[in-house]
Amino acid sequence: MARVRPERQALRAHAALVYLFLYGPIAVLVVLSFNESGLPTAWTGFSTRWYSALAGAADIHRAVLNTLIVAVSATAVATALGTLLALGLERLKPRAWIDGLMFVPMIVPDIVLAIALLSFYTLLEMTLGLHSIVFSHIVFNIAFVAVVVRARLRNFDKSIVEASIDLGASEMGTFWRITLPVIAPGVIAGALIAFTLSIDEFVIAFFTAGAGPSSTTFPMLIYSMIRFGVTPEINAIATIVLFVSFTLILISQRINRPVSKP
Amino acid sequence: MSAVIEMHGVSKRFGAAIALDEVSLTIRENEFYALLGPSGCGKTTLLRVLAGFETPDEGDVSLDGKDLLAIRPNRRPVNMMFQSYALFPHLNVFNNVAYGLRMDRVRGSELKQRTRDALAMVQLDGLESRRPNQLSGGQRQRVALARALVKHPRVLLLDEPLGSLDKKLRGQMQFELKRLQHVVGITFIVVTHDQEEALEMADRIALMRDGRIEQEGTPEELYERPANHFVADFIGDMNFFAGTRTADGVRLETGTILRSHGDAGVESPAWLAVRPEKLAIAQAQPTRAEDNALEAEVIDISYSGQHLSIRLRIPEADALVLAKVDTADPNVAGIERGQALWCYWPPSASRILPRESQSEV
Repeated sequence: MARVRPERQALRAHAALVYLFLYGPIAVLVVLSFNESGLPTAWTGFSTRWYSALAGAADIHRAVLNTLIVAVSATAVATALGTLLALGLERLKPRAWIDGLMFVPMIVPDIVLAIALLSFYTLLEMTLGLHSIVFSHIVFNIAFVAVVVRARLRNFDKSIVEASIDLGASEMGTFWRITLPVIAPGVIAGALIAFTLSIDEFVIAFFTAGAGPSSTTFPMLIYSMIRFGVTPEINAIATIVLFVSFTLILISQRINRPVSKP
Repeated sequence: MSAVIEMHGVSKRFGAAIALDEVSLTIRENEFYALLGPSGCGKTTLLRVLAGFETPDEGDVSLDGKDLLAIRPNRRPVNMMFQSYALFPHLNVFNNVAYGLRMDRVRGSELKQRTRDALAMVQLDGLESRRPNQLSGGQRQRVALARALVKHPRVLLLDEPLGSLDKKLRGQMQFELKRLQHVVGITFIVVTHDQEEALEMADRIALMRDGRIEQEGTPEELYERPANHFVADFIGDMNFFAGTRTADGVRLETGTILRSHGDAGVESPAWLAVRPEKLAIAQAQPTRAEDNALEAEVIDISYSGQHLSIRLRIPEADALVLAKVDTADPNVAGIERGQALWCYWPPSASRILPRESQSEV
């Protein structure tokens, strides 16, 4: 067996500790969600009863449905607008600061964006509700989609667009037949990231939602439940959210792998 | 032969830079025409004007007598083979080649047949289902060629078609392009910066510099009868002697007259130009009185199979020249660096060119 030098062993131990620190709490949460007793202190056996309990809760169903409505509509609009923004910026090559403005919604703290949007809606005298959450999510999701699509466009050979036109296609035909299919992995990855961000976004939704359960999203419901203490159902919910987010991010990374250039 | 493309006074500026400066030319039916020149000379812009990707600021372009500029790029009977090949990465070879036909609403068995024929023409049968990234550089180039030819355009534009191939493949493709051009009977316009490539492939060449055509003609005309110092220098190797034009040649500063045939004119600054392969070497002073002969010193010798390339310094003309001499020539047997000898050439082998700008020195 190859001898491992002490420095390397120390590095490995350090890496192991960091990973434990990062993933320990999450692992505990997942394990507890399957704890029969529901108590964080005692393991009494494996059970899926907390997941079953979720299935019967109407307020949770309502919140999940709201979240899906928000996430799907915000993702759809943000993906279309973000992709067009990326294509436009790539073609126009604006000055650096205009280009940089694209990143602002990603960098601005959620709480600031939340307050800003709320003030804005108030100024417009807009009634708040699920639709105002959708608008809010579109704002920051456009930025994420645009950034991901632009990264994809960096390896995009613009001469294929000219080749398509040269061979008789219109500009529109070229977009649908050539540009979009070639950047599709970036567009899909951007959409998945937008969707992931949207389903577990809390602060902005909380500020820009209307009153009552009709515009309560899933993260908002969890927050309201947790004010009365961590219940075993919440562990189960969190585990499901974790699983969904993880899967979506994995898929998006897999789709958007850099391909070997032709 | 009738004209396919006619250009009159075509100019194009990009900001302050002039890419094309009142270019006029005529390209004939079935011609293999080369746009040659250093990078930035405007040759690619000219090609892109024909394809429709650039609109000239001034001038007219016609194809078969019709105004080409009035036709949108996707409706022109002109196809282009791009320097990067520009294959569609998400489509396989068949669909890449069939793309242009589909745009023309060709369907079914005709689509299949014409695509297959185009692929067979470039010897790519059997690779229909490959993706571009599964092909070698040479195969990709053939796909690009088949894709551009499949619609039988009136004119095929080729942007540096051999640029990204290795040397051996380049020679092969050069023949292939010539052969194809004969087979399909389409006018080819090729952009290249490689003068050898242009000489070997083209029926006619337009040599460009700074957006202007310096000289247009057959390869032989450009090589044997260059119009100016730039053309003479760009096409092949050339030796230049600076002097003053006289009635029968060029007078060097020392008063020696280097003779040339048929270029007599008024006294003015001039170059006497002579090709390296026209220079002969002698150990003793040559005896034929009509030849131009100068004393020289050997600076360097390099062997390249059939030829010896000998670099010479000529004190009298204050010039460095290159002589290409047959290896078997007895006059160069045992020649070595630093040796003093004579170089000479007949007046008919030299040519007088006007000497104008500083850039020529």
